[in-house]
Amino acid sequence: MDLVVEPGTFLALIGPSGAGKSTLLGLLAGLETPDEGVVEKDGVPLARPGLVAYMPQSDLLLPWRNVVANVSLGLEATGTPRRAARREAIAALERFGLEEFARVPPAALSGGMRSRVALLRTALLGRDTLLLDEPFGALDALTRRDLQGWLLGVRDELAATIVLVTHDVDEALLLADRVVVLSPRPARVALDLPVDLKRPRMMEIETTEEFARLKERLLEALGVSKP
Amino acid sequence: MKRALPAALLALLVLTGWELLVRLFGVPAFLLPGPSDIGEAFWESRDLLLRHAWPTAGEALLGFLVAAATGALSGLLINRSALAERSLYPWLVVSQTLPTVAIAPILVTWLGYGQLPKVLVVTLFCFFPITVATVDGLRATDPDLVRLMRSFGATRRRIFFMVEAPGALPFLFGGVRLAVTYCVIGAVVGEWVGSSEGLGFLMIQDKAQFEIPRLFAEITLLSVMGVSLFLLVALAQRLAAPWTLKRDRAL
Repeated sequence: MDLVVEPGTFLALIGPSGAGKSTLLGLLAGLETPDEGVVEKDGVPLARPGLVAYMPQSDLLLPWRNVVANVSLGLEATGTPRRAARREAIAALERFGLEEFARVPPAALSGGMRSRVALLRTALLGRDTLLLDEPFGALDALTRRDLQGWLLGVRDELAATIVLVTHDVDEALLLADRVVVLSPRPARVALDLPVDLKRPRMMEIETTEEFARLKERLLEALGVSKP
Repeated sequence: MKRALPAALLALLVLTGWELLVRLFGVPAFLLPGPSDIGEAFWESRDLLLRHAWPTAGEALLGFLVAAATGALSGLLINRSALAERSLYPWLVVSQTLPTVAIAPILVTWLGYGQLPKVLVVTLFCFFPITVATVDGLRATDPDLVRLMRSFGATRRRIFFMVEAPGALPFLFGGVRLAVTYCVIGAVVGEWVGSSEGLGFLMIQDKAQFEIPRLFAEITLLSVMGVSLFLLVALAQRLAAPWTLKRDRAL
C-alpha cells in the first residue's frame, strides 16, 4: 500500500472492519513497526512513538485525575513540569469553552464531554499531525453528530494535518478534505477521493446533491449495495 | 451514622439476650461471664490491660508495615520480571499452605522471647494478601492506557508512576484491608508461643487462673484494636485514593 498525506490535509481513512485501519494508525503513531516498507513523516521515519499525536478509540480518561489533570497528562508524560502543564491545560479548556468542567472528575462527565476532553489531551501536545482512531465510535448517534459539528468548528486549532479512521461515510465526507477507502485484507487503496465541498462546512451540507454524489461513490468503493 | 444503626441495634439485642440468659440460668462467670461481668473486669483491670495492649499493638502495627513494604516490593518484582514470577510466585503460594501457627514456636526458638519473632509472625500473616493484591493490581493495567502513554512518548518510569501505580491502588487497598485484619491475630499467636508481656501473654495467664471475665475483656480489646486499624486503613484509602470509593453522579 502506498499513501502520501500532504501537510495541512484532513484525511479520512475508511474501510471494512478488519481491513487494518487501526493497525495503519498504530504504524503512523510509531507504536508498531512495519514488517516491510517504511513509514515516514517529512523524510523522518516514524519508528518510535512520540512524534505525532494519537487518540485511541476509547477516551481512557484516568479516574484519579480531574479534567484539567487529564488534559495535561500528555504534557506531563513527556516531561513538562506539572504546574506548567496544568496551566496550559486550563488555558486550552478556556479556549474550547470547557473551563467550567476543569475540576470535575471524569466519572461525572457525559460520553460526549469525555471525548472532548480526550481530544483536547491529545491536541495539547502541540504536534503538527493528529491521528484519530474512530474517536466518536462509542458515542450514540446524536452525541456523535454534536461532536462532529464541534470538531468542524475547532479543526484549525487542533493540528495542521489530521488522519481520521472511521467507518462512518457521512463523518468522513463531512470532516475530511480527502477520503481514502481501504479494501478488505490485504488492504489496498480502493478509492482516493478528494472532497471538494466548500469550507467552512456546516452540518447542512449533508443534504446537498454534491454530498450525495460523493457518498454514492464511497459506498460503491466499499462494496455496499445501493438501496 | 444512620447506616450504623441496624448493626448497633443488633449488638444491643445480642448483649441484652446474653446477659439475661446468663443471669436467668445462673451460669458461673468462669464458664461464661455476662457482658456486665466483662465490663466490670475491664474496669477493674484497666491499667493492667492497657499496659499490655501497647506491646501487642506495636507488634501488630510494625509487622503490618513490614509486610506492606515487602509485599508491595515483591509484588512489583513479580510483575516486572517474568523470571521472578515463574521462580518466586509458586513458592510464595506454597509458603501460604504452611500453618503460620506452627512456625511461630520455631521462630521463638531461634529468635528468643523479644519483639522480633512476634513482628515476624505478623509479617508472615500479612505479607501474602498484599503481594497478591499488588501483582493483580499491576497486571490489571489497561494495555490501551499504556499504549496511549507510549504514543505520547512517555518513558517506562513515567508510565509506571502516572498510570500503573495509581491504577493498582484499589487492588492494593483491598489486600491491605484484608492484611490489617490478620495483624492483631498474628501478634497474639506470636505472644501465645512465648512472651512476657502483651495481651496474648495475659490471656494465657488468665486462662490458667480462671480469670475468665478478664479473658473476655482481653478478647474484646483485641477486637477493638483490629477494628481501629481497619478504620485507619479505610481512612488512608479515602485520603490517598478517593476515586476508588465513590462514584460521582453524572452532571
